Amino acid sequence: MKKTYQIEVDCANCANKMEIAASKTAGVKTASVNFMALKMTVEFEEGSDERTVMKQVLKACRKIEPDCEIEF
Amino acid sequence: MTRKQKKILLRILLASVMLVIVRLLPSDGWLRFALFMLPYLCVGYDILIKAVKGIIHLQPFDENFLMAVATVGAIVLQEYPEGVAVMLFYQIGELFQSVAVGKSRRNISALMNIRPDFANLEGADGGTEAVDPYEVAVESVIVVRPGEKIPIDGVILSGESSLNTVTLTGESTPRDVGVGDEVVSGCMNVSGVLRVRTTKPFGESTVSKILDLVENASAKKSRSEHFIAKFARVYTPAVCLSALALAILPPVASLLLQRAPMWSDWIYRALTFLVISCPCALVISIPLTFFGGIGGASRAGILIKGSNYMETLSRVSTVALDKTGTLTEGSFDAVHVEARGVSEEMLLEYAALAELYSTHPIAQGLCRAVKQPLEAARVCDVTEMGGHGVNALVDGVRVCVGNEKLMATHGITAEMPQGVGTVVYVALDGVYAGAILLADRVKESAAEAIDALTRAGVRRKVMLTGDAHEVGEAVARDLGLDGAACELLPQDKLAAVERMLSEQKKGEYLAFVGDGINDAPVLSRADIGVAMGALGSDAAIEAADVVLMDDDPRKIARAIRISRKCMRIVRQNIALALGVKALCLILGALGIANMWLAIFADVGVMVPAVLNAIRALYVK
Repeated sequence: MKKTYQIEVDCANCANKMEIAASKTAGVKTASVNFMALKMTVEFEEGSDERTVMKQVLKACRKIEPDCEIEF
Repeated sequence: MTRKQKKILLRILLASVMLVIVRLLPSDGWLRFALFMLPYLCVGYDILIKAVKGIIHLQPFDENFLMAVATVGAIVLQEYPEGVAVMLFYQIGELFQSVAVGKSRRNISALMNIRPDFANLEGADGGTEAVDPYEVAVESVIVVRPGEKIPIDGVILSGESSLNTVTLTGESTPRDVGVGDEVVSGCMNVSGVLRVRTTKPFGESTVSKILDLVENASAKKSRSEHFIAKFARVYTPAVCLSALALAILPPVASLLLQRAPMWSDWIYRALTFLVISCPCALVISIPLTFFGGIGGASRAGILIKGSNYMETLSRVSTVALDKTGTLTEGSFDAVHVEARGVSEEMLLEYAALAELYSTHPIAQGLCRAVKQPLEAARVCDVTEMGGHGVNALVDGVRVCVGNEKLMATHGITAEMPQGVGTVVYVALDGVYAGAILLADRVKESAAEAIDALTRAGVRRKVMLTGDAHEVGEAVARDLGLDGAACELLPQDKLAAVERMLSEQKKGEYLAFVGDGINDAPVLSRADIGVAMGALGSDAAIEAADVVLMDDDPRKIARAIRISRKCMRIVRQNIALALGVKALCLILGALGIANMWLAIFADVGVMVPAVLNAIRALYVK
């Protein structure tokens, strides 16, 4: 299942780091961040719960960029 | 500017004023330290907090941490003005980046603001109400007045008007429409009131699809962007380790050589390194350039579906073009009739009736050539043989309409008529009845388009067509093409493209241009698939990598030029950013550049890089 979320992040470098952090999160198959459109597209692993996984993704991203936001 | 940005601007201005005042005040010792702390903390408190958080989360190569170390280090060395200035410039740089990116996003979105905000929904009583286009159900009736944009794809129920497609194609040529015509959202209604029955929901209408496409194109990253991302990941740790080395090795070496270690000197230079270790300018300007390029192209009616396609497009050296519909109008007109034993009118009539159910352009041309209305009731028993023609029963007469291959299968000898064109032979009840010569007009802009391709640096331009050799080769000669492959069946087109692909040099790409609908396999196989005349064609928009919203073949060369300009700007920005960084690192290591200069150069490089990126928006 693929879903796209609106995100808020200040610098392009942080956006790249967020992409890597999100991809490494459990339950995420692939993740890609479109910095210019401020969107993150996440493909979830089979059987994972969207909300739980996204919460983990946000936590992981906050470690890198405390100011970031993901709307889910 | 957002509220957050305004707050930071305020802090920057406040801190700048404080810095100036504090520098002018004579003071020393702890008082001096305290005074300089005022502007320092004013402008940098959030960076320090984030730096501490970064340490806690074990993210040492966080730019906040680096800036914190650099400025704290400067302060420890009692270089108070430096410390404050570095923090100040860093914040200015970050703010500028934030504002510039936000502005570019909004600029490009505004240019792309072709999405209509409302629809006039017709109620049961005949009155209209302005509603959110998302709420209009399929098969509703909407009213579009002159001066308004058509909000949703649909079919005209009543009214006649002229439409301006400039928002979709970039060209203002008007299109006349009337009852029964399909209209596409995004077009501006110029003259008359139209009542339209919607055929799609707003979210799936053409204008929404195009906007989604342009927005999401930035997600398909180019090779340049991948390279920069990898580089940035390596660069920061590398520079930090070099800073460490710079802080330790030269002093230690001096000690070993029994010379003065000059710790503070070298530590200062190391701190300068830390300041330069932020790859921001580099990382931001590249995606921004592609975003601008894609946005600019879409305004010209050229939809490039990904930054990676932009890159490939710039390296196209061979273009293979479909003939019918791309280089020619795609409408076959009957120009010459040679009848044997029947009148010319009857020959045309029977041929047209036989072809009534066919969607082939030749069939449509034949039907157009007959003035009287064609009654479908007169036709039955229709069989279409691909590559040959049509057999049907018209008024009880066995009619065979097709090429010599069809005539041969029925054992009929045909007489070739005079003139170059596509020939359709007709046999009635097994007897040869005559031939009809049809010509597909070459587009007026076709010659100019091929010329433009040559000037754009495309070395090989080849035509692919299912049409006859004489016709294909004549058109190719007229237009100055480098070759033509004719009488190709659909699978032959794919094979032809495969062959050309294998002949391509490394790093040079092949583009195939077609009208999308039945060229899907070839469009996907080519390095770049370009669909032409996609106004309203979902299939074309799906299949191709680049979509030209109108039928103008000159846009192919324009698309290549746009992509080349974009890539030039990308390369300029990479060279600029890397060059300035390298220079600063060298000057910093030698002690020539101090921290002020370092951060100034860093920020300074971002400004022209971002402005340069915005240049990609403006396309000839």
